[in-house]
Amino acid sequence: MPDSANEPILDIRDLSIIYPISIGTVHAVQDVTLSLYKGEVLGIVGESGCGKSTLGLSILKLMKPPGRISSGSILYKGTDILGMDDRALLDMRGRNIAMIFQNPLTSLDPLMSVERHFIEAIQVHEPHTGVAECIERAKKILSDLGIEGNRLKEYPYQLSGGMRQRIMIGLALILHPDILLADEPTTALDVIVEAGFTELLIRLHELYSLTVVLISHNLGLVAQMADRIAVMYGGRLVELATVNQIFEKPLHPYTQGLMNCVPNILLEQKELNAMPGSPPDLVGEPKSCPFAPRCPKAMDICRSRVPPLKDYGGRQTACWLYEGGV
Amino acid sequence: MATLIRAEHLVKNFPVKGNLVDSFTKKRLAVHAVDDVSFDIAEGEVLGLAGESGSGKSTTGRLLIRLIELTSGRVDYRGDDITTYSTREFEALREKMQIVFQDPVSSLSPRMSVGEAIGHPLLIHKMGSRRERPGMVLDIMNKVGLAPAEYLYRKYPHQLSGGQSQRVVLARALVTRPDFLVADEPIAMADVSVRALIMQLMRDLKEEMGLTYLFITHDLATAKYLCDRIAIMYLGRIVEITAKDELFSHPHHPYTKALLDAVPVPDPRVSKERDLPAGEIPSAIRPPSGCHFHPRCRFAMPACSEGRPPLKEVAPGHFSACILD
Repeated sequence: MPDSANEPILDIRDLSIIYPISIGTVHAVQDVTLSLYKGEVLGIVGESGCGKSTLGLSILKLMKPPGRISSGSILYKGTDILGMDDRALLDMRGRNIAMIFQNPLTSLDPLMSVERHFIEAIQVHEPHTGVAECIERAKKILSDLGIEGNRLKEYPYQLSGGMRQRIMIGLALILHPDILLADEPTTALDVIVEAGFTELLIRLHELYSLTVVLISHNLGLVAQMADRIAVMYGGRLVELATVNQIFEKPLHPYTQGLMNCVPNILLEQKELNAMPGSPPDLVGEPKSCPFAPRCPKAMDICRSRVPPLKDYGGRQTACWLYEGGV
Repeated sequence: MATLIRAEHLVKNFPVKGNLVDSFTKKRLAVHAVDDVSFDIAEGEVLGLAGESGSGKSTTGRLLIRLIELTSGRVDYRGDDITTYSTREFEALREKMQIVFQDPVSSLSPRMSVGEAIGHPLLIHKMGSRRERPGMVLDIMNKVGLAPAEYLYRKYPHQLSGGQSQRVVLARALVTRPDFLVADEPIAMADVSVRALIMQLMRDLKEEMGLTYLFITHDLATAKYLCDRIAIMYLGRIVEITAKDELFSHPHHPYTKALLDAVPVPDPRVSKERDLPAGEIPSAIRPPSGCHFHPRCRFAMPACSEGRPPLKEVAPGHFSACILD
């Protein structure tokens, strides 16, 4: 949990990421300021195209060209990641901050055995580690994941979907990073496998004292795992609060809309309050609140000025409704 | 209510090439995608078909409208056995039985405008004159909320948002005024806000156009919102089928309970005590003997691996296939 005395392990300040394309500039991420505290699970939610994956990738400086960071900084334990050269970046990725992606099959090499994946992951960072030691370490981590050691000889096609995703997380954790970035880690999994994977992730979070950034559009998953939630819309951070604050009293109308359109199996829902419209295309410099066209509470000011992210007693939101306080 | 669709003992095997040893022993391998499945759907009803990937739910949907042919069994539509129809006879019926697929983008030809795509079934079924067709297309576009219809009529798929594409696919399925629609995970690829809109739309259209749905989904929360009855499938078989409220309040089959347990709840105050089954759904080429679920089931007994448990009526209209029942 965040603690004011606790130094953030990762500090994102005024980060903006742009993609120059033929018809203009896509402002994929705009002025995002966000701190990640040691040991917490931060959920990042929003619809597709809201910039949540781009934000996640930028933490490892992995945006695909022509995307580039136009301003801001990302401080990892005080060092600006954006200022690192390629060698320093390579050294940091995997060792300090690791990432797992949505589709485990495309993340594994079909021609390499599980064992080879682990050996490669270790030797990239520690070239003097012998094969035998690598295998020993891989076996140990597999037992934490509930996978038998003899699976090391197998190839990705021999593994089920849930098994592949567990191997992926094993590869991510083999060097004991501080931070794990998980970008829609369960989207490709079936519901029972997803539930099992979620439990595994919660266990690993404690076992490896990880700090986790969980990017997902699945509010159910985020509700179970996260300590704090960052809601993104139109490339901006529109709300940041603890998971209980978000679910009990969402402030931003977009967060409220998101909550209302998710079916809850425990409730008797006669109607879902769907949110009409779709997210903005992010081309060009915005002159208004990005959510204003879809917002049921939009006022004149919302259409003429971008609301800044403001602090309201430990939680933040960017909405003109709360100019006079919450 | 009258029965619109009756499925009796549906079986579908897909032959597969085995390995060298199998070919020597002349063993014929097959994926037992649908393994003796029976149910019926009343007129105006929404039957949900839920289960994990590989449970055979999509194959069952396709069998009902003969997109693929049955290995054995029969399907009745309004009391008529449509499996005996010739291809030509069945073509005439297709306008009444339509399907919507999971991914709207790959279901649309990138070279056809919205108007052409939605009007295409009319052309195939020779419905309306050349003059009348655009009006019929615009009419259905308005019904599914593709507004402004005149403007979107000339657009191409790449110019549409995800929600709009899904509406186009729905409009194309509904333009021939079918009475039965197979919806195969129509919202699985959509964003949360689009999902809610499409679910609402499907519910409204059902009332307005007097539709009957087979709604295929892996998400029980969605099924709860939309369906009247729900059938749970596992490895090609229905393991439980009953009215929606009964299923959620009194689930019987251990697999149904596991599925319900696994659904993530969007509320941090709810912490579920879960007892998840081990492993994943096995291959349908060599399914486990007896009850297909027994290797993962925590209540499994030796008897579970011998003989298929029949669907038993455990409460009025509530059927479950478990020897514990």
